[in-house]
Amino acid sequence: MNPFNHKIATLFTVLGALLVLVAPQYLKNYGIYLLTYWLIFIIATMGLNLTVGYAGQKSLGHAAFFGIGAYTVAIMMKAGISFWLGLPAAALICFVVGLILGFPALRVQAIYLAFATLGFNTAIWLVMRNEEWLTGGTFGINNIARPTLFGYSLEANRPYYYFVLAVALIMAGLLWGLLRSPWGKAFKALRDNPIRAESLGVDIRNYTLLSFAIGAVYAGIAGALFASLVQFIEPAPFTVGASIMMYLMVVVGGAGYFLGPIVGAAVGVVLPEWLRDVPGVANWYLPMFGAAVVLLMIWLPDGLLSIPDRARAKRAARVASASRKAAAGRIGATS
Amino acid sequence: MTGSLLKVTNLKKAYGAIQAVAGVSFEVMPGEIFGVIGPNGSGKTTMFNSVLGQITPNEGSIELKGQNITGLSPLALSRRGVGRTFQTLQVFGKMTVRDNLIVAAQEHKGSMLSRMFSPGDSGLGAKADALIDQFRIRHVADSLAGTLSYGQQKLVDIAMAFMAEPDLVLLDEPCAGVNPSLVGGISTLLKELNQNPKFGRKSSFVVIEHNMDFVMDLCHRIMVMVEGRVMAIGTPAEIRANKQVLDAYLGN
Repeated sequence: MNPFNHKIATLFTVLGALLVLVAPQYLKNYGIYLLTYWLIFIIATMGLNLTVGYAGQKSLGHAAFFGIGAYTVAIMMKAGISFWLGLPAAALICFVVGLILGFPALRVQAIYLAFATLGFNTAIWLVMRNEEWLTGGTFGINNIARPTLFGYSLEANRPYYYFVLAVALIMAGLLWGLLRSPWGKAFKALRDNPIRAESLGVDIRNYTLLSFAIGAVYAGIAGALFASLVQFIEPAPFTVGASIMMYLMVVVGGAGYFLGPIVGAAVGVVLPEWLRDVPGVANWYLPMFGAAVVLLMIWLPDGLLSIPDRARAKRAARVASASRKAAAGRIGATS
Repeated sequence: MTGSLLKVTNLKKAYGAIQAVAGVSFEVMPGEIFGVIGPNGSGKTTMFNSVLGQITPNEGSIELKGQNITGLSPLALSRRGVGRTFQTLQVFGKMTVRDNLIVAAQEHKGSMLSRMFSPGDSGLGAKADALIDQFRIRHVADSLAGTLSYGQQKLVDIAMAFMAEPDLVLLDEPCAGVNPSLVGGISTLLKELNQNPKFGRKSSFVVIEHNMDFVMDLCHRIMVMVEGRVMAIGTPAEIRANKQVLDAYLGN
């Protein structure tokens, strides 16, 4: 990164940090709620970004893990078990189920894998809807409490926001560390060329399974936080449609860009809510959102965060072109 | 003479009724560059892929340093010191050249768990840089491999096969699609890697190639395959003088 870009990146980081730390002080309840919602989807899509963006496994079942996390915490808390046990339980269950979902990926790829994961999502959703004894069926589970941390209640929206922010930062830090370790390269090698990767000693089986399992853990933790945020869960937020929306968030932000989910979740969660409140737009926000996504996919198929890379590539091309012209001139090839 | 590094005995592989490889036997000695030539469809690549665990042979045995490796996966073979390149370019397009090289060897160090806590370059940065210099691709070391020209990608592709210091490297048409001046460069590089390896011992190659000048110049011994069978094995001079080979393949 050149010094100029470095300065811009630092500036954005500082501004971003200020925004997420200070904004809740100036927002009403709904605004804080929406920001928390955004953070939760950042956590969930960070996991999907690992599975899809870094490891290249096309998964359309991420909302199922989000749901498993949410229901795990809700059911356990209804049984009188602490949120602090529910959260790791949600992560663990999602890890195991994620590993299992990884197995089809060892046999099928691309669109076929997407269909297999989509089927998995539907099956999980049916369990949520039909097993009333466990999940409350379409009536769902209500009055899910928010936890208390070291005697400090997270019941109000503002403290809960800061709690979710802390979890998001920890999860982002862990993913950053993982992606910087040799694992990050192994995941990318798996994504770019699994056959070559295997011939170089990359255990593509293990990395495929773990890309699903670790991605699922992120969704599970997000789901657990979600249950406690909305305090009422039913099967609707965990449909295949929700999975597709999460996939969209990863792609719009930029698959394989570490900060992609921050932008993607903003576009997928915050933007529609905001458009809905703009006068005159209320009835049009969904078609407008859809059109914006279509245009984005045409002009920026690698997502919003690919803009700096594109600018850099253009600059490099200009420089190369100029030096080529000069070189051609030196040897007399002018026309 | 010490034992062979690679010993293939009576290898057979059929696709339906077609015997792609119909009983091929050969040995590769330590430090040897062993060429495989033959017309298109003579079974060279099928033989390669059988040896490399990409496909399972119907019959025959493959031994590496006296140990049976028949049917082992490409992963297991890589861990046992067998490297390869493919007929077509196979680089990791969205990773930098340097990362391509590092990932080509990192999985040979430690356990998966230990690698989770290893530095990003797995301590392989210096070795990657040495190969980058040897292959003269320093100027593109930080570029994404997928953005390079075909010839540059070919060099990266070959360099990757050597990162893990394999005992044996199987190269499937290293000169395919490469311009004549680079063919000479690749030949020089392979001789360097064979004769004066940075890792203190000779490594052996099996090379499939259609470029006869390249093969005759580089290889110590050459096997000619025709219709899934071995027509001849010998030194370049012997192969050039073999009337049967001349009639069937080399011509003139």
